[in-house]
Amino acid sequence: MAPSILVLGTFAIAPIFYALFLSFQKVQLLGGIEYQFAGWRNFARLVEDDRLGIALRNTAEYVAIVVPTQTILALILAVTLNAGIKGKNWWRIIYFLPTVTSSAVLTLIFMWIYNTDGLLNHFLAFWGLPTYNWLGDPAVALKGIMLMNIWSTAPFFMVIYLAALQDIPKSLYEAAALDGANQWEQFFCITLPLLKPVTFFVVAIGVIGTFQLFDQSYIFSGGTGGPNNATLTIVLLIYQAVFRDLQMGYAAAIAFLLAAIIISITLIQRQFLGSEKFD
Amino acid sequence: MARRQLQFDNWHLVWFKGLIYVLLILYAAVTLIPFLWALSASFKPLSEIVSGEINFFPRHFTLENYRQVFLREPLFLRWFFNSAIVAISVTASNLLFNSMAGYALARLQFRGRGFWFFLVLAVLAIPIQVTLIPTFLILKSFGWLNSYQGAIVPSMVNATFIFMMRQFFVNFPQELEEAAQLDGLNRFEIFWQIVLPLAKPALAAQAVFVFMSSWNNFLLPIVILFEPEMFTLPLGLNTFKGQYISYWNYIMAASMVFTLPALGIYAFFNRYFIEGIALSGSKK
Repeated sequence: MAPSILVLGTFAIAPIFYALFLSFQKVQLLGGIEYQFAGWRNFARLVEDDRLGIALRNTAEYVAIVVPTQTILALILAVTLNAGIKGKNWWRIIYFLPTVTSSAVLTLIFMWIYNTDGLLNHFLAFWGLPTYNWLGDPAVALKGIMLMNIWSTAPFFMVIYLAALQDIPKSLYEAAALDGANQWEQFFCITLPLLKPVTFFVVAIGVIGTFQLFDQSYIFSGGTGGPNNATLTIVLLIYQAVFRDLQMGYAAAIAFLLAAIIISITLIQRQFLGSEKFD
Repeated sequence: MARRQLQFDNWHLVWFKGLIYVLLILYAAVTLIPFLWALSASFKPLSEIVSGEINFFPRHFTLENYRQVFLREPLFLRWFFNSAIVAISVTASNLLFNSMAGYALARLQFRGRGFWFFLVLAVLAIPIQVTLIPTFLILKSFGWLNSYQGAIVPSMVNATFIFMMRQFFVNFPQELEEAAQLDGLNRFEIFWQIVLPLAKPALAAQAVFVFMSSWNNFLLPIVILFEPEMFTLPLGLNTFKGQYISYWNYIMAASMVFTLPALGIYAFFNRYFIEGIALSGSKK
């Protein structure tokens, strides 16, 4: 226990207070570290910063599209895999591949597929669909990251749904079938309501994860958040504030804003979906 | 009438099964194509890649890309080695400390137990980005930036898995421990000889998770490691991309080498991995 307290204390708990302290300071990082009390100035800057507005909008759009899509896709995959098919394990192993692959590798593979002359555009052209400059066009760059992340995280939540589906007693379905309920009715009247606590968990984890989007944006844009700030996310902005602009205090203030957003959304969602199992 | 209904049901069932298999195969294709496309590129010469032809089987099969990555890229093996050191140390220490802390929170009576448990939960709720900048400054004051300690120590324990292990130990049959106590074993002996061996599935799941997340971690290393010799593979790969901008053959070969160990571990521990997710999903 003692080592855990030491490490958690030094690298998790102390930093929270340290971050709180930083967010009220102007920090000079020249050789040593110098602090200068800044009052609420870092937080006041949050309101004025145009790029923060862009980052918030991008991240919100990303969360609003990715979380529902990946949750529904995960549910469909899990229910399909649970429909008594052969070789369930093998399908699961295949589907799960993207989840164990590093975000750096996936981003590089997708950047290559997204090339103007890449696989995706060839595919779109083959079906007579419009092609895009996925990496360079601000209108679609973030969509490209969304597509990739839905593809790579849905299987993770699929596994959680699969485990939950195993726990639903077979007798419920048998009883419903005797009462003449077809498969759709069984799905909507038994499966969905019983999965509600799991759905809460999946959405909560999904929201937390998507708000923290960084790796993909960073690699995609070479750290700039481009083209034209289209892939700028909150965490990328924090990174830039620290290492490009050397403004630790302001970066800490953004980090607290992010924490506040994540925690309040989780709490609101808890009110709505009301899960007794989650604590 | 009843028989016709039955026939209709059978036909309906066959049709339904067929649809399900078509869906499964389509999604498997969606999953695999990016990987196969990358794998095939890693065996193609650049000229074949830029020709824009869509062929999954290389026309001119070559190992040249892998040779370039391993032999002529001096830092690649170093990055591989760095990643291995960091991931293995982080995994080992997490297994030890998380289970000890989880066990203590579940079983031992000590002062402030409720408080410590609350702290673990609080850490769970705070996103990593909040602690990232202070972690950077703390490591800087220790002189640990750009070092193995810097990459390892902040990740040595994990609140999520302390929580998971606590849940596991709370549900663990207490009678076993009581019997061992009657046999004269002390707390440490009970933990080492009775509890840990029985916690193997939970430990295996945890090991795979921690290893994967350390092996694939991008945010912490990019903040604390800045000399190319100290880079872990994800950072190295990103640098590699900067160096060989449109040499997709080299980039894909490097990506494949990077992915292989994680895939091997996943294939080996597949069962535990799935169990672990199920565990963390349903226990919360």
